[in-house]
Amino acid sequence: MEQVTNIDSKLREFINDQFGDDLLRIEDFRGDISYHIKPAALVEICQALFDDETIDAKYLADITSVDWYGHEDASAGRFEVIYNFYLLLHNYRFFIKVRLEESDPKIASLTPIYATANWLEREVYDLMGIEFEGHPDLTKILTPDDLEGFPLRRDFPLTYEVPHFSFNKDDPPEVIK
Amino acid sequence: MSTEQKELTLNMGPQHPSTHGVLRVIVTLDGERVIKARPVIGYLHTGIEKTMESKLYYKALPCTDRMDYLAPMSNNLGFCLAVEKLMEIEVPEKVKWARVCLAELTRLNSHLVWLGTHALDLGAMSMLLYAFRDRELIIDVYEACGGQRMMTSYIRIGGLSHDLPPDFEKKVRRIIKEIPAKLNDYETLLTNNEIFINRTRDVAVISAEDAINYGLSGPMLRGSGVKHDLRKASPYSGYENFDFEVPVGSKGDAYDRYKLRLEEMRQSLRIIEQALDGMPEGPYRAHVPGVVLPPKEDVLYKMESMIFHFKIITDGFKSPKGAVYQGIESPKGELGFYISSDGSNKPNRVRVRPPSFVNLAALPKLTEGGMFSDVVCAIGSIDIVLGEVDR
Repeated sequence: MEQVTNIDSKLREFINDQFGDDLLRIEDFRGDISYHIKPAALVEICQALFDDETIDAKYLADITSVDWYGHEDASAGRFEVIYNFYLLLHNYRFFIKVRLEESDPKIASLTPIYATANWLEREVYDLMGIEFEGHPDLTKILTPDDLEGFPLRRDFPLTYEVPHFSFNKDDPPEVIK
Repeated sequence: MSTEQKELTLNMGPQHPSTHGVLRVIVTLDGERVIKARPVIGYLHTGIEKTMESKLYYKALPCTDRMDYLAPMSNNLGFCLAVEKLMEIEVPEKVKWARVCLAELTRLNSHLVWLGTHALDLGAMSMLLYAFRDRELIIDVYEACGGQRMMTSYIRIGGLSHDLPPDFEKKVRRIIKEIPAKLNDYETLLTNNEIFINRTRDVAVISAEDAINYGLSGPMLRGSGVKHDLRKASPYSGYENFDFEVPVGSKGDAYDRYKLRLEEMRQSLRIIEQALDGMPEGPYRAHVPGVVLPPKEDVLYKMESMIFHFKIITDGFKSPKGAVYQGIESPKGELGFYISSDGSNKPNRVRVRPPSFVNLAALPKLTEGGMFSDVVCAIGSIDIVLGEVDR
């Protein structure tokens, strides 16, 4: 347990000292520590954490995104991109979160540092429509090529699939939209 | 006759039997050698994450079984732990032990199917039948618990859907007694089998640095010699009370991962035995009025319970605003649930960190430069379930 508190304070110190201007706030909810930072500083911070020998953030577990459409939180930026890091040396997890504006959802790609960012960023691009600049192959990954729109956005409606046949051919059901 | 050499692009899948579902790989070949492999996924995309956003927390639970259908209990467990973390629910001791027992049975189930299909891919037909025969014992336990053989939804928010069945211990004891001898049998069939060794040794190798950089988890990561297991590193659901080893490989090839998964099955049996021996008595669901469904017996005879039951079923419960992440060690690797809540009775966003998806992303790294026939071995040794890759 002692080790965990050590790395916790060490990480806070590291980010506060070196990137104090880019750090918006630190959030602690149910033991999950999140660093909210400015989007422009993302690559620089990740590279510094990756290179630092004590922190050694070599393992990027996940990249995901949240849409705050129609929510009071959207004033800080509609889209939230979440980077989930796990420190294998310290058995410690933390998150880096950035907010992106609705008008220009773009952020630099982490693929030069983490190979795992390749598919994870493609998924976020496909489902949420956030562009990752500098990604080597930013193409759709899960949805069909002819699907328009980004399914995980809150304003993308949940619809039913149009049935191709009816159980009673004389009385076809009305298509549910 | 022309002797011009050309690269050949070959499409493999999506309905190829050795791709374990609907994986498509576009392979560029130079003779027998793979120059480039590009996995194409999404044929099974059903928008599970989107569906879960529109449901109450209770009603989102059955969606989780349908992702990794070989490890339903692990998925239930991950989601329930995440919601319990969000709602700050403390579950009774008995629930923790039962969950560990069931999660390890699930690991056994998933690894047995993997063993059968992986060996089948490499030509050992009989393994599939043996593995499925043994899996039946575990499926019987699921059926006794949740009434379903695959999509159990047995682990619920705050506890279990029913109490453990009366013959639970007898059924599980039988598994503990019978499976180890059978695992030994399989080892005599495969471990020293020259054909099997030739097909898996030094095939689909990934180094420890690459495995970390690709974000691999589970047996894929440990096969390369990184001793990382969330059950030990960040214990959840009472795993710190159990005594077990985390096996690691050395080379990071398909054979290492095979040995490692077999050893994991033995360790799982150890954990199951400890869980059975130490299973405490007590309620099978936490008592948190208004959040956790009251036991069905109470609903029939107590007025308050019935009111809470009605309220929870129709309106759910309000969750505090915030975001939590809970990762568990599923049979395939790190399965994580990120739940972002905006204070209403439905999640604002549920993100599943899929172990198969992330592990599959390393397929080009595993296969490029190798022989074409080894692509099948590489896919098998990653152990993917396309339901989870595509979600």
